[in-house]
Parts: sequence; structure tokens; C-alpha cells
Amino acid sequence: MDEKDLLLLHLLEENSRISPEELGIMAELSPDDVNRRVAALEEEKIIRSYTTVIDWDRAANGGVAAIIELKVNPERDYGYDRIAERLSKYREVRSLRLITGVYDLQLTVTGNTMHDVARFVSEYIAPMDRIRETATHIIMKTYKENGQAFCEKGTGERIPYSL
Amino acid sequence: MRDFVSTRARVIPPSGIRKFFDLALSMEGVISLGVGEPDFATPWNLCEASIYSIEQGGTSYTSNQGIQKLREMLAVWLQQHYQLSYDPYDEMIITTGVSEGLDIAIRAVTDPGDEIIIAEPCYVSYEPCVTLAGGVPVPVQCREKDHFRLNPDNLMEAVTATTKALIINFPNNPTGAVMRQEHLSAIADIVTDHDLLLISDEVYSELTYTGTHVSPATLDGMWERTITLNGFSKAYAMTGWRIGYLCAPKEICAAALKIHQYVMLCAPVMGQMAALEAIRRGEDEKDRMVQEYRVRRNLFVEGLNRIGLSCHMPEGAFYAFPSVEITGLSDLEFAEQLLRDEQVAVVPGSVLGKGGENHCRCAYAVSRKDLAEALLRMEHFIAGQSG
Repeated sequence: MDEKDLLLLHLLEENSRISPEELGIMAELSPDDVNRRVAALEEEKIIRSYTTVIDWDRAANGGVAAIIELKVNPERDYGYDRIAERLSKYREVRSLRLITGVYDLQLTVTGNTMHDVARFVSEYIAPMDRIRETATHIIMKTYKENGQAFCEKGTGERIPYSL
Repeated sequence: MRDFVSTRARVIPPSGIRKFFDLALSMEGVISLGVGEPDFATPWNLCEASIYSIEQGGTSYTSNQGIQKLREMLAVWLQQHYQLSYDPYDEMIITTGVSEGLDIAIRAVTDPGDEIIIAEPCYVSYEPCVTLAGGVPVPVQCREKDHFRLNPDNLMEAVTATTKALIINFPNNPTGAVMRQEHLSAIADIVTDHDLLLISDEVYSELTYTGTHVSPATLDGMWERTITLNGFSKAYAMTGWRIGYLCAPKEICAAALKIHQYVMLCAPVMGQMAALEAIRRGEDEKDRMVQEYRVRRNLFVEGLNRIGLSCHMPEGAFYAFPSVEITGLSDLEFAEQLLRDEQVAVVPGSVLGKGGENHCRCAYAVSRKDLAEALLRMEHFIAGQSG
């Protein structure tokens, strides 16, 4: 990985729909070179997927999201990995992380209603072996996601000309 | 009643873009490439530092020279970044933007009748400041064939027995030109041979995309005859905070400080606190912005050349300076018609001095989306011209 790869990653993270030609102009590379580099980054699983940041609140889809924290007894030889793997198989689990602090794992879970989320936690997550405690936080409002602020007020007015 | 306006104030020209300004304000949906400042808001940690200092009661005057801690850290920063050695106690003044730094630098060294050579095209204040100081501005044109660098032969032609100083600005507003070590050396030879002073406005120094910025005071024999001007506005997106600095040998600095203390007293304390944070923890955000300007430059200059407005790849600042000759219009006509017909605002090159004719200054310190839209509109405009 060199500086150009890093620049490509930043540009793609911000907008994965930019064409190789345009990426090439931006990063001072040929389109072929861009394609080679991006393919290598995909191969190395540095680029995991190409996605879209959606403000679901604004889409008024009525979905509910919650952050769930779990205390987990780690397993000999495997630590948290095997339980994390099982948890990650649920479609409802949007993200999953091992964290420091009072809790061990942190999940983001989505559902159509608050009831859906509560049921998913109580019926599938809480009863799992090795899970000692859960804490469910319903997300009330998202202000920033994936580096994109949803609450942007217009920045200060710029005059049309300044020399 | 008498006419109270002084001759000096009367002879300096009004802004060359007043009518464009009014026109742009009267229109809807204008994309402005006419703005000489970053489109980014000041990095939030800099704002926080300033807000916190206000909450702590930091709202008073500072020393004339500026907050000592800021000068000390700046001295270290200049050494590390540009190998510039300035004593923070008597070779440095924090100024109210580089604009003030330039004014007091010129006034500190100009006697009536002194000729001051100005490398043009350039920022609009250089000539009026020289005139107001009683000096005689002598423009020297930087040409497109030299990639808008100052050509030593052209400089030589302008030097006379009454030449006192030379003012340069690289990376340059409006051309984006950069003088590398070898280009500066040739200029430095002339400056030292003719016992001139150099006033070097380096406010775009951090926006250097090819190689690293070379500060002229680091060249052999130049430190003692150079006033280095720089500031936080462009690199840290801090235009409204008004913080610049002047660095010069002790005697010149002391002279400039006298003017500064009588006309300005000190730079705004809130801005100085933000600048201190910029020096301490502003590097990452600055680098991120510089990278983005470079990406935009690449996109925009490629686009300009694609639609037929020939443009050198600028090596610094955030301006592209394409030729508008292909349209058959003068730069003033081009800028006015482009604004009226396509709602894209650019600065006609001729208002920025000699050598600016038939060019326009396009600031690419706007979002990539707006740059792409501006290019589409410019392409449409050019098609209409030839059709």
C-alpha cells in the first residue's frame, strides 16, 4: 500500500461510483493502473464492499435501529471469535464489534418496529450460551453516519468574489 | 465645499470586479469560481480552542507583536517546514492577515519616489499599497511561456538606480505558478547584485503540489534582505480570522512594528488562539484539505483543457488560470458573458495586473460537484460562441 492506494481508498469511501477514468485523473494515475490497484485492494479484502449511505429517517421508512451491548464469557482457544461469528450470521445484525470497557461486544440491530428489535434480542441474542448480560439502546436520531453529517446547517455565506 | 478626498486615495483604482460582484449578487444559481478563499469551514478543533479562550475571558489586547507562545511555536514550525530561522522575540510580528503584513512591510521600507517592482499578475493590493506609501509601483509581467514564473531577464529590464524592492508571491495568486529553487536562485542573484530588498508573500506556501515550498529567505545571501510574509488563511481555512505574520531582520521588523502598533495595535486575540491550535494540532486537517485541492485541481484542469480552454497545470495555490483566447472574447467580455449566460463567476485576468489579459482566474476551492457543473456550463458557453 502506498500513498496512491490510500488516496484511492479515501476517494472510494466517499463515493464508490466514481469511474476508473475519473479516479485516474484525480490521483494522477492511468485508468488501467486504477483498475489494477482497486482489484488488488479487493483481493486483499481491504475493500470489503461498495455501499450507499442512506438517511433512513429521511426516507421515512419507519425502521428502528438499536445499539446492543453484550457481556460475554469468552471461550477457551477461541475467545470471542466463535460467538461473534454466530451473531454476525443474523441479517438483523448490521454491525458487530469487540470493544473495551464494561461490555464486550457491541451490535447494531435493525428491525421494522421497536417490538421486532426487542423480540430479536430477547428471543435470539439473550438466550445464547455465554451471553451474560445485554443492554439495548434504541437509536432515537442519527446525526452522523460513516463520516457524513445528516444535520448539516448551511455553512457561512461566501461572497461571490474575493481576490 | 472643498473636495476632501486626498490625491493619494483618488489615484488608487477602485476594485476591477465591482460590477461583476453586483451582477452576481442579483442572480440565482451562480456557481462562483471567483472566490479567493477555501470552501472548507475552519477545522472544528481550531474553532473550539478559540471559543474556549473566549469563555476563559481571553478577549483583551495582546502584545503588539502577538501572543508570545504563538510566535515561539511559529518559529519552530518555520524552521521545521522551510528551514527558516527567525527569532520569535524581535524578528516576527503577528499581523491582521497577510494584507496588513504586506502594507506595513511596504511602508517600513518605502521612501517617496522609491521604485518597487511587482511581479504580475498578482493580488490586487500590491500596487495600491506601494502608491499609498509614496512609492512608484513598477510591474513586471510573468509570462505564460515561463509557466507564469518571474523571468530573470524581464526582471533585469525593470531594475533602475532607484529600485528599492521586489514583491513576489509564489505559489501565485492568480496563476498557481511555483518558483522552485533553481528559478528563485536566478532572481536572488539579481536582488543581491543590485542591493534590493525582497518582499515575499508566501500565503499559499502549504498549497504546493510539486515538491516542497522553497522560501526565498533560505537562499544564500537573501535572509538579511528578505521580508517573509505568510499566514493561516489559506492553509487552515481561516480567512475570516485575520491572522498573518511578518518575519524580517531585526531592524526592518522594528520599523514595521512601529507602524503596526500605531495602526493596528495587535491582531485579534481570538484569531491568534485559533492559530495557536492550528500550529499545535492542525496539521492533519490541513493535509486533508490540501489533498482535496490537489484532486480538484487535477479534475478541473483536465476538464478545462478538454473543453478547449488551454491551461497549464498549476503547481500550487487553488487557482487555474486558463486562456480564453479560443472564444475570441477579451477576458472582461468572457467573464461578464459567462456570468450572464451560464451563471458561472470567474475573475477576468486583466484586473489582476499585467499578463492577466486574455485569461481568467478560476478558484477550484469549491466542491467537486460544483466544479463539474461549472465545466459543463463553460463547455456549453464555448459551444455557443463558435456556433
